[in-house]
This record gives sequence, structure tokens and C-alpha cells, in this order.
Amino acid sequence: MNYGMILYILGWILNFEAAFLTLPCLVAVLYQEQDGFSFLGVAVLCLVIGLIFSHKKPANTSLYAREGFVIVSAGWIVMSAFGALPFVLNGDIPSYVDALFETISGFTTTGASILADVEALSKASLFWRSFTHWIGGMGVFVFILAILPLVGGFNMNLMKAESPGPSVGKLVPRVRNTAMILYGIYFIITVVEFVLLVAAGMTAFDAITHTFGTVGTGGFGTHSDSLAGFSPAIQNIVTVFMILSGVNFGAYFLIIHKKPRQVLKMEEVRMYLGIILASALLIAFNVRDMFGSWGETLRHAFFQVGSIITTTGFATVDFDLWPQFSKTILIILMFVGACAGSTGGGIKVSRITILLKTIKKELRMISHPRSVKKIAMDGHRIEHEVVRSTNVFIAVYFLVFFTSVLLLGMDELDFTTNFTAVAATLNNIGPGLELVGPTQNFSIFSAPAKFVLMFDMLAGRLELFPMLLLFAPSSWKKY
Amino acid sequence: MQIMIVGCGKVGYTLADQLSGEEDHNIIVVDRNPDRISRVTNDFDVMGYVGDGASYSVLKEADIDNTDLLIAVTDSDERNLLCSLIAKKAGNCKAIARVRNPIYSSEGEFLKRELGLAMIINPEYAAASEMARIFRFPSAIKIDTFAKGRIELLRFRIPVGNKLHDTPVSNIRGKLGCEVLVCMVQRGEEVFIPLGDFVLQEKDIVSIVAAPSRASQFFRKIGVETNRVPNVLIVGGGKITFYLALRLIHAGIDVKIIEQNRQRCEELSELLPKASIICGDGTDQNLLLEEGLEQIRGFAALTNFDEENILLSLFAKSKSKAKLVTKVNRISFDEVIENLGLDCIVYPKYITTEFIIQYVRSMQDSMGSNVENLYKLNDNRAEALEFLIKEESPVVGIPLEKLQLKKNILICGINRYGKIIIPGGQDKIKVGDSVIVVVTDYRIHDILDILED
Repeated sequence: MNYGMILYILGWILNFEAAFLTLPCLVAVLYQEQDGFSFLGVAVLCLVIGLIFSHKKPANTSLYAREGFVIVSAGWIVMSAFGALPFVLNGDIPSYVDALFETISGFTTTGASILADVEALSKASLFWRSFTHWIGGMGVFVFILAILPLVGGFNMNLMKAESPGPSVGKLVPRVRNTAMILYGIYFIITVVEFVLLVAAGMTAFDAITHTFGTVGTGGFGTHSDSLAGFSPAIQNIVTVFMILSGVNFGAYFLIIHKKPRQVLKMEEVRMYLGIILASALLIAFNVRDMFGSWGETLRHAFFQVGSIITTTGFATVDFDLWPQFSKTILIILMFVGACAGSTGGGIKVSRITILLKTIKKELRMISHPRSVKKIAMDGHRIEHEVVRSTNVFIAVYFLVFFTSVLLLGMDELDFTTNFTAVAATLNNIGPGLELVGPTQNFSIFSAPAKFVLMFDMLAGRLELFPMLLLFAPSSWKKY
Repeated sequence: MQIMIVGCGKVGYTLADQLSGEEDHNIIVVDRNPDRISRVTNDFDVMGYVGDGASYSVLKEADIDNTDLLIAVTDSDERNLLCSLIAKKAGNCKAIARVRNPIYSSEGEFLKRELGLAMIINPEYAAASEMARIFRFPSAIKIDTFAKGRIELLRFRIPVGNKLHDTPVSNIRGKLGCEVLVCMVQRGEEVFIPLGDFVLQEKDIVSIVAAPSRASQFFRKIGVETNRVPNVLIVGGGKITFYLALRLIHAGIDVKIIEQNRQRCEELSELLPKASIICGDGTDQNLLLEEGLEQIRGFAALTNFDEENILLSLFAKSKSKAKLVTKVNRISFDEVIENLGLDCIVYPKYITTEFIIQYVRSMQDSMGSNVENLYKLNDNRAEALEFLIKEESPVVGIPLEKLQLKKNILICGINRYGKIIIPGGQDKIKVGDSVIVVVTDYRIHDILDILED
């Protein structure tokens, strides 16, 4: 374990966080709020601590897979721990546990809140809450890789630990260029959505915060009723961009390289869009009596489906009041999640695809024991390693899931609340059902339960293994 | 540059390491074996594709369109050639192929020209050239090779009180009676391209071009000790041995080869009539002593086993004062081996990698001009440039002495279909030649730039 290098990179994380924290300061200046000082203070604190660790590069710069995983999970925890401080200092969220919950929920793009009244927050705090979504969406390490020249093959280990999906590939030969391309695409989507939302009549502040919430597939808004109060046009724009942010960014890279046909051949993207279409139509049919017109029904159905499958967590209606069938579809979508290589969470469509193919293969093996069949995706053979790690992922996923539900059970809340609270945090969605439904919040949980949910959010965002490795004694041994 | 490496064996792996790390290129690796790909992509910042590099669709998918250079180093010669050929047709790139079968190697120049390859590398041949150089020249003479190792630029310092002191360049032939071309003279920090009236002085660093046999004659005449070994004993009769023996015999050195396999001995004796071939076990101490190990001046251990080679060299070191060359295939334990105190250890794989990297560097330097190759000489104070004469132009067909060249430019070699001409005033450039020009002071981008305006 290369502790020197771990501290060095964690130092850089704090330097970047200091830079990120200056943005809410600017917002505070713009709106003439006193809160700006708390952000400025924490930014200076981050910079000082960051520089202490990062001013000198350690002699041994080698990073192996083990260090990569530990750095990423530790980095996210450190980032959240410091990112929560301004809320406590400016009094918006007096309890540090609550502030930490809110910040982790922000960075992991969950969007689960402990706040009863969002509108009481200062503009700077609201901006920071949403901005954490944007940073966490594509990943802070991807950002660092795009900027810091960390030479060597080792930095792939950082990207692997942070990027979602069963097998993380590069778009171009260099990790650094890949990271730049990813952030470039991310930035363009952000700008386009912001412009469209402003054009559709949103205020600049609402537009920027909701854009962060959408492209990062986060879900923090600036209004207590999420997006219900905005015009249908705005809701439709957000629907489209939520779905776009849940697409594998490799698809956009292909479009930039003038190979749009290959995008249509990407099985994951086809499956993802197919699931959205089918679920939205089923729900629309199921809830047709609740709304005035088919147009309105479809708009709400697509919004809710897009919001849940991409793990954003915005809402235009209180879907907790919907019929059982529709609610069940939404719960299932929570687990499915978005595409690998997107900003969304969940199990990921590509894993589901691989699992379905494995099941098909297994069934064939039972009826034809000597049959030989390799699983392929997009015309490429899927290596046994990937299939194996997908199976293990699912096993670990449900292990974490049920352990969390068990621990939450100590709070004596009802089962639906506990079950959907874990589903909503482990899949980085935000709202669940019953007591944690779209109009409710997570403040009902006790502090230990909140820690369980915080762990779930981080584990979900980093795809389980980095968080588990962080707590495994074997990864902290020197050799 | 974007470079695609097909084949991730030891050479491919080392190339990926060096080119992506120190040289900072974008590297794509292609191999049929997924394990090899995952190993190389885990270790270095490169992009990997699993597939057959000789397949058009695999190359397309691996982005051959934007690739500048393809290096084919799979274990099969034919696949390497095919892969380079397809890459050249599919994309707009240069291609390097590793070809090690001696049958193809003697036809290397033809293959290279007709298939339009940038370079054909034969690891055994390259290693043998390196070894031959060790036997032929002492460390006082530095060698820069170009035209893929065909032209050797020998660089040495004129000793104090030497014959060459106060000699004009044009008098060398008259005074010594041997033909060499003085290309460059470095005096202090300054580098000159000498004309006939340039007077050499002691302590000058002089670079000459000469045919191999002439070079040793030249050094003997001017009294620079060449330390050329008169005889070499080679243990092991593989491909490197063949190439090495060929070169040594060509340079007039006695060669004795010990090989165990009777059939191979007979082959070698047919191929190398001037060498004495001994059929026997090279690890038999008595045999070695019987064949005059104690009197021998050069010893090369070239069996297929690294351990055996090392032990043989250590034994030779204890019994004789011979110059030792040891072949080691595995690079992994190089530091341990270096500490054993053997003179020269040659790693064929490492030499292959070095050759390719040298080419990549020159390709990068010569991008955007008509220069085929570019070599930096004397600590970047001068450049040697290689031009391919593709069409009739004002430099073609005119005796060199009639050409109005700019100052500080010298044509130091002509490669005519693999035959090297050290040009005199009467020689002419022909279409199809590749011409090597040494220049200081300017950058030239086209062969016509050498002419006075």
C-alpha cells in the first residue's frame, strides 16, 4: 500500500474541492448573501490541508489496483466530509450528520434529502447542493485525470474504480484524453440544456441548478414540489435530458466520430430505450384516468420513468399515489438503472443484458448439456472474467441491499419505507415510496440509519467494490 | 503520433511501454490473445483490441484510419507482412514488419520496396550486426548507423601527433592510399562539413564513411589501434551465428563455430564455406580448450539457453583474454547479469525495440517534409537526412562534382537497391536511389534544397 501516493492524491482532491467551493462564493456575492463566507472559509481550509499533502510528489508514484480502489473510495468520503461543512457553518443544516447525508447524497447524485423545506435555503447553499451533482455525475477522479498529468498505466486503475459498468473501456488510447472527451461531452450537454431551459422560461438560477441535477442524474431541485410547478415544456426538456444523460457516453463519442449507425447497433442503448418506452406506455395506460388528457398522461409517465431509470429522482407528480402496478414498475426500474458509462446509477442495463444472456445460456446448457455457446454483446465475445464479475456484482449487490434493509429495520418504520429507502439510495435515485416518497424526506431516520444509507449511496455510486475494499483489512496491509 | 502495435509478445510489450511512457505517443495494441491484451492495458496507458491484426475489420475497428505507424511484431513473418500490407491499403500509415526467416531477410530490400514498407526488422540480423561491430571496433571509435544500419558513420578523435594532423582532406587519399569520405569534423563546439581544402588538426573529432574493409585499413594506416579481433569462436549455430559469421568473414576475421547438431553443421558449412565448423557439445570444457579457447581473441556465446551462454562466457573469461559477447534473450534479470562482469551482453529483443524506437523518433522529426529519415548527429549539432529520389529532378543524372551545393552540405552515401555507394565526384544520383545527406546549420525539407539557389 503506497500511503504517500494516497495522501498526495487526496491532497489534490482537496485542492480541487477548494476550487469548486469558490463557485457558490460567487453565487453568494451575486445575491449578496452572508453565506458566502462559510463557503470561502471551507475553501481556504481545503486548500491549506490540500497543499500540505500535495506540495511534494512522493518518490514512489506507483499505483496498483488496490491503491486505485482505496484512493477513490477514500477520496469520495473526504470530499463529502469537507463539502458538508459550509451547510453547518452557515446554519442551513445545523446537524453535521444531516449535512453529511445531504452532501453525500449530492456527490453520489442520489438526490435524497433530509430537508423538509428546500426553499428556506440560501441561494449559495442551493447552488452548492446542485453543483455537487454535476461534479459527482461524471466523477471527480475523471476530472482530475483530465487535468493532472499523472503519467503511467496506473491511472487507469483510478478510472476503473470510479466509472460505472461491468467493463470499463477507454475511448481513445490515453486515459487523460478519454477523461477530457468525457468531460467535453458532459459540458456540452450541460450548456445545451441550460440554454433550452432558459429559453423555455426558467430563471437563470433555476435553470443552472436543475441542469446540474439533470445531467448529473442527481435530483436536487430548488422547490419543495420538485418540478411539478414548472411548465410542461420545461418538464419535457428535463425528461429528454435525463434520458440522454443515462445513455452510455461512448455513444456520443461515436456520433462525434460520424459513426451514428454503430450507436443504433449498441445493444445496451437499444435495450435501455426499449425499457423506457415499454414502461412509460404501460404506466400511461395504467394511470390514464388520473389526468385530463393523453398528452398530460404521457408527459408524466415518461418523466417519472426517465427520472427513475436514469436514477435522477425528479418528480412532476406524487407517484406514491399511483396504482400498485405503476409503482411496482417504477420500483423495478430503480434496480435496472441507466447504461454503463453514463452518469446514472443502478445495476446498469448492460449487466442486466449480460445476466439475461447468461440465463439463456444456462437454460440451453440444461437441455443440451454438451452445447458450447459464448456470450456476445455488440458482436464481441464477452470474456468469462466479465460474466463472472457481473454475477459476483449481483450477489454482492443483494447482500448489501438486504443487510441495509435489516439494519434499517431497527428504526421500527414500515417495510415499504425501509425497502424503498435502501433501493433509492443504493441505486442513487432519491425518493422512494411511503415515508420517503417524492413529497417526503429522509429526516425521519435515526442517525445510525442515516449512516447506513450514506454507505449505500457511496457503495452504489462507486459500484460496491471500492467501498467494500476500503473496509477490508487485507487492502490496508503494507504488502 | 498514433502508433498501432500488432502482437504483444515481449517486443510488443516493451515497445508499448517505451512508446507510451517516455516517448509519449498514443498507442493501440492488437493481439489475438485476450490475456496478453489485458496485461498490457493494465500495465500501461494504451488502448487494447483483441483480434487478428491481419484482418481488415479488426484494423478498422482499432482506428487504423488515424494511425500514423503500424508495427507488426507477431511471431509469424507472414502475418506481419500481410498485416502491414493491409494496414497500408486500409489506412494512410507507415508500416514496420518484423521478419526473421533468413529466406525473406535476404530479400528484405525487395519486399520493403515492393510492399511499400517503412522498415523490415530482423532481430537476429540486427543483433548480429551489433555483435560484429563489437568485434570489429574498439570503444574509441563511435559508430552511428543509418540507412537501416547499412551505412556506418565512424567517429573518432585524431590523436595528438597523428599523421592526419595538418593534412587537407583532399590529400588523405594520396597520403594514405585508401578511400574514405570525411563527412564531418567537430572542432571544439563547432561542426564543419569539410571541403577538399579543409585542413584537419589533432584533437578534431572526425566522422568518416567507408566500406567495412576499407575502414579497418584506414584506421591501421593512420595508426589508430582498431583492436579488431583476428579470430572469433562462436558457440551455438543458430540464425544469429549465421549472420554474425557472415559479417565477420566479410570483414576478414577468422570464424570458428561449435554446434551440436550434425545436420545444422552441414548446413552451416555449405552457407559459410570460409568458416570452420566443429560438430560437438559447446559446453564440453575439453572441446573448448582443444579448439584453442585460451588463444582465442573473440568469444561469442550464442546458444539457445541464457544460462548456458552466461556460464560459457564466465568460463571463457577465466581461461582467456578474449573479448566476450553473450546473448541473453530474457530481459527480466538484466541487472543481475550486468553485475557478473561480462564485457558485452546483447539482448536481441532489446535491440529490436531500440531500432524501432529510433525509427519512430526520426519519423516524428521528419514529419511534414519529404525526408524519409532523419538522424541527429554529434549531440544534435548536425543532421543526416535520407531522401528517396522518386522522380527526375535537377539533381538526377549529373555528376556530383558538377552539382552546385550549398555550403555545409555533403552527400555521404547513396543506397541503390540495397547496394551502398560511397560517392565520389563522378558518381551520379539515379531515380530510385535513396540519398543520405549530412548537413549543419539549416533545415532542409526536400532534396532540391541542397542546391544553391
